[in-house]
Amino acid sequence: MIFGVPLVALASQLVLGLFNGAFYALLSLGLGVIFGLLRVVNFTHGAFYTVGAFTAFLLTNQAGLSFWASLLIAPLIVAALAAVLERSLLRKLYGLDALYGLLLTFGIALLIEGMLQMFFGVAGQPYQVPAVLSGTSNLGFMFLPHYRAFAIGISLLLCLLTWLIIEYTSLGAKLRAATENSSLLEVFGVNVPLLLTCTYAFGGALAGFAGVVAAPVFQVSPLMGSNLIIVVFAVVIIGGLGSITGAIVSGLMLGVLEALAKVYWPPSANLVPFLIMAVVLFLRPRGLFGKGE
Amino acid sequence: MTAMLAKTSTCPLHRRMYAKLALMAAGLALLAAAPMFLYPVFLMKLLCFGLFAAALNLVLGYGGMVAFGHATFFGGAAYVTAHAIKEWGFGAGSGLMIGVAFALVAGFLMGIIAIRRQGFYFAMTTLALSQMAYFAFFQAPFTNAEDGIQRVPRPNFLGFVPLADNLALYYFVVAVFLIGMAVIWRVIHSPFGASMTAIRENETRTLSLGYRVNRYKLTVFVISAGLSGLAGSLKVLVFQIATLTDVAWQMSGEVILMTLLGGVGTFLGPVIGAALVLTIQNYMASTSVPVTIFIGAAFIICVMLFRKGIVGEIDAFMRREWAADSIRKKVELQ
Repeated sequence: MIFGVPLVALASQLVLGLFNGAFYALLSLGLGVIFGLLRVVNFTHGAFYTVGAFTAFLLTNQAGLSFWASLLIAPLIVAALAAVLERSLLRKLYGLDALYGLLLTFGIALLIEGMLQMFFGVAGQPYQVPAVLSGTSNLGFMFLPHYRAFAIGISLLLCLLTWLIIEYTSLGAKLRAATENSSLLEVFGVNVPLLLTCTYAFGGALAGFAGVVAAPVFQVSPLMGSNLIIVVFAVVIIGGLGSITGAIVSGLMLGVLEALAKVYWPPSANLVPFLIMAVVLFLRPRGLFGKGE
Repeated sequence: MTAMLAKTSTCPLHRRMYAKLALMAAGLALLAAAPMFLYPVFLMKLLCFGLFAAALNLVLGYGGMVAFGHATFFGGAAYVTAHAIKEWGFGAGSGLMIGVAFALVAGFLMGIIAIRRQGFYFAMTTLALSQMAYFAFFQAPFTNAEDGIQRVPRPNFLGFVPLADNLALYYFVVAVFLIGMAVIWRVIHSPFGASMTAIRENETRTLSLGYRVNRYKLTVFVISAGLSGLAGSLKVLVFQIATLTDVAWQMSGEVILMTLLGGVGTFLGPVIGAALVLTIQNYMASTSVPVTIFIGAAFIICVMLFRKGIVGEIDAFMRREWAADSIRKKVELQ
């Protein structure tokens, strides 16, 4: 018993918190990378997550592919969609007030959501957990569902991989250089427009991946992304936009704090991310990990 | 010759003023006669949302801040007014006032946090804070969660104006709408409004000139919140219901679309944008296509093709015409 809550309940809530936190981390990471380079707050991010989940649902239930194949293919499809959107629409707004980008991506998100609603209805669709991961293990103090552990593990692995790419590869170096001064980089002969498209597509792929991983646990519904994206915005503000560590750490932290709130005072669980955001804005307006602008 | 030139060059200004006066008179006549041709409840809905969009425009167009959380003021004031009238027996006037008071306080609280950051951060912060308010309303016992506050009575205004009658209510709504618009007009055309424009155009420079920028921004945000609250409270009198839809983030998005479509930073644009969006929504409600598709598509078209909005584009066109006209006159004189 810890503060009147049985250890088993607390531990399983913490795992759930880490599980949610992993999604926050994946999504805010993508948002951060896109914002850093394109200076666009990507409202469509939640829709990418939803599209990822729906693509996996269709690939498995209609085309008969396995979960693992969907996990690979669905993010690529989302990336392609993102690339098309960037090339056809977003690109035309780069010279203008950056807020138009925000409004455009908001419109795209609504359009995608509306279309999914038209074809699939608002009700959630079930998606099976792959058989290999369907069991639970008894750790002595709690039961750990395998799928949750897998989801947390693979999300963190992907975050780590992204971080390594950005920090240690030449592609990552170009990306960071473009974030600092894209016109100078272009002078050096780097194809910056292509870099922008790839970045947007990559961010979309991360969100799509998160959507596939989420599909077996949450129901696949057109609104799953828009409910999540606002919390992710709070995560991004708390961590500081443009900070990769900030995105990952504050994502996980927020997931865990939300879980704790659920255990100790359930009605506050939904409010916790926003309350923390308000406090952070007051004390450190640039976010916990944000650098000066 | 110079005297004549001076006289002719002021001419377009006069003409613009006459055009505006004529437009105003036509607008008032239209408002007075409209219920004879159109369903009064729809007209009242239109006026409520027109006022809401015009209030948002104070922040969006004149303050240059994309506020993504105005649903909190609109829907929150609606809840407060509905509760005050239904449970506490408030009258129409005092019900509106308590709704506005709520919106002013909420606007102050949200504003004081949100104005600490600019641009996107401001947008995301207002969105996140309004989502927090959404959950708070959802869980508060007096809002009845998904059911909302229903069957709110329409009390008499000042004890003798029978608002239960749709036509009487219509003229009451028109009066409140005009008062709200007059407040907006006054704010825009005051020294305060000019300072706001300066902040919008170049915040750093205005700051260096010694203006307390944050105080200005907070003030305009609070005024805008109060007027949004007025619109929300007014809507309760019309529909006799307050629900979660009005505090949800989709509402904040919709009102941005209305403003954008009509023309950001124009006086009448938001009202026209609201009329357009509501008319199309009304039409779409009879089809099976979800309304979000229309809203999303309208956003995309607006941002890609006409960022000035309908009134903004007309205004720009008229200005070009007037300028060309006065040049032609000058050439003729010479």
